[in-house]
Amino acid sequence: MIGEPFASNPFIVGESEAAAALQHIPAEESLCPVVSHDWVNSEYKHLVVEASRKALSVTPGQFFNLLCPSPDVGELFFRRPQSVYRIDRDRGRIEFLYKCVGRGTRGLATLKKGDDLNMVGPLGVGFKLDPAWRHIVVLGRGVGIATLGPISQLAREAHVGVTAILSARNADFVMADGFFREAGDVVTVLDTDGTSAVENVEKILQHLIAQKRADAFFTCGSNRLFQLMKRSGKANGIPGQVAMEQVMACGLGPCYVCVRTFEINGRKELRRVCIEGPVFDMQEAVGW
Amino acid sequence: MVDMTVKIGAVTLKNPVMPASGCFSTDLAQVMDLNRLGALVAKTVSREYRAGNPPPRAAEVEGGMINSIGLPTKGIDYFFEHQVPDYKRFTPPLVGSISATTIEDFEAMARDVAKSAIDVLEVNISCPTRDPKGGNFALHEEHTYNVVKLIRATTDKPMWVKLSPNAGDIVAVAKAAERAGADALVVANTILGLKINTDTFRPAIGNKFGGLSGPGIKPIIVRMVYQCAKAVKIPIIGCGGIVKVEDAVEYMLAGASAVMIGYLTFRNPTGMIAIIEGLEEWCVRRGFARVADLTGTMIDDPPMETFAAAAMPIG
Repeated sequence: MIGEPFASNPFIVGESEAAAALQHIPAEESLCPVVSHDWVNSEYKHLVVEASRKALSVTPGQFFNLLCPSPDVGELFFRRPQSVYRIDRDRGRIEFLYKCVGRGTRGLATLKKGDDLNMVGPLGVGFKLDPAWRHIVVLGRGVGIATLGPISQLAREAHVGVTAILSARNADFVMADGFFREAGDVVTVLDTDGTSAVENVEKILQHLIAQKRADAFFTCGSNRLFQLMKRSGKANGIPGQVAMEQVMACGLGPCYVCVRTFEINGRKELRRVCIEGPVFDMQEAVGW
Repeated sequence: MVDMTVKIGAVTLKNPVMPASGCFSTDLAQVMDLNRLGALVAKTVSREYRAGNPPPRAAEVEGGMINSIGLPTKGIDYFFEHQVPDYKRFTPPLVGSISATTIEDFEAMARDVAKSAIDVLEVNISCPTRDPKGGNFALHEEHTYNVVKLIRATTDKPMWVKLSPNAGDIVAVAKAAERAGADALVVANTILGLKINTDTFRPAIGNKFGGLSGPGIKPIIVRMVYQCAKAVKIPIIGCGGIVKVEDAVEYMLAGASAVMIGYLTFRNPTGMIAIIEGLEEWCVRRGFARVADLTGTMIDDPPMETFAAAAMPIG
């Protein structure tokens, strides 16, 4: 972001290649021009930026820590982590799909085409795709749907089948169904007609398992749906991965702010969402 | 060409910029070349494993942030076995930081640490979030003297003592640490604070109180650095709210020989590098051949007579 008052040393997309000397360093702070930024519905915005070469090395499930403009007369003192919704390597672009909820995202929403977005990344441990899987199930709710975009894209490229179960309050908040339809089958479940109830989603999962279309589970965005997939995965021996959220400060590991609880062989431990995740083994995560 | 080296007692740093303990780990190699830093400062360890405090562990406030992480650590054996070798992959001197609740444990830890490959021992007697009430050794001069004296007897390693801005009289504590044998003082840790969420009526962070840091606290800590520098002969490392080159300069003018950076790294992970480069440029612009020449050079005339001052031009 131009006008950042605090010391920083960003890589400027399209202007310098000085970062070449730092090639062995996987992430960077970069200034990325906004290509487009549109409302998807009353609460969500779709942000497309032109990204640096290093930023484009992002893998599904990884995130960027965004320096959001302030939405008001105050100042924002933390960056905001945001997972990637779509990676467009052909055009050198990264896309985010986010919900305007707090000061950070309301500030982010003020960015206009041509403005620069200061982002640090790519960060964290993303999803793993085993090429031996023939069919995966991704289950997302709300903004969690966006996080599951890139892994679905990758599965399609690897000729692994995808069933995307997209859960939302009503039809307006089913986002990106067209994008997921390119990757595979889409099942939409809603609060308005009761189809988003855990019992119904469980039936859908059981049906997919019976059809042998569930070699692995992926989820993001709802604790209830995570708990369902964890239970179902355990009962049926299906490996699973969950992308988790937590308030972050540095986004890089040192501060230990973004911890969540995990349980391994009956022993509880804390892990940092930013660097040990945000994607974790579903059976080890306790939930939120 | 500016000489950027500074001496902290027997230790020479290639530049005066280093991370504050708790705001740094080798994880930062994800975004920067750690060999550029004046020193590497490890997160504080204690003898045993500590899970740390309940989340939420940090929140934004006007002027910075409040945190209560609670010194999570895998313990000192893990530190020696895994973390020290990891830090030793890089060239800057390694500052190890220790904390304990009793002076006996502090002494025993210092004895162990003295045998390790760390270059400097930072004694963290000032973490405000480890004790739920925010208490620590650095609040009192005799507690500080007793613990530093005991640690001094165990090791010849350079020993930096990290002071607390929550002490009633930080100058008395600084003098006690010097008397007890500290080689340098880190001024200072975070300021104990409380943020209340007005939607929920609950404290904004899980441990209720937290340490305030960021640019909002800088004038308080700069004042403390100035006062401590006047009172002791050992070097002082300024730490509190540095977010730009001029902030580092200000700390040095107040009497600091070097600076530590915390909050800025959370916002801009390459900020320390920007400050190292900017400080050198600043020295060139202002005609300083050695950055060390900045230390303690605030012009310190006695206040003018009021009527005379009120008749002066602005600026």
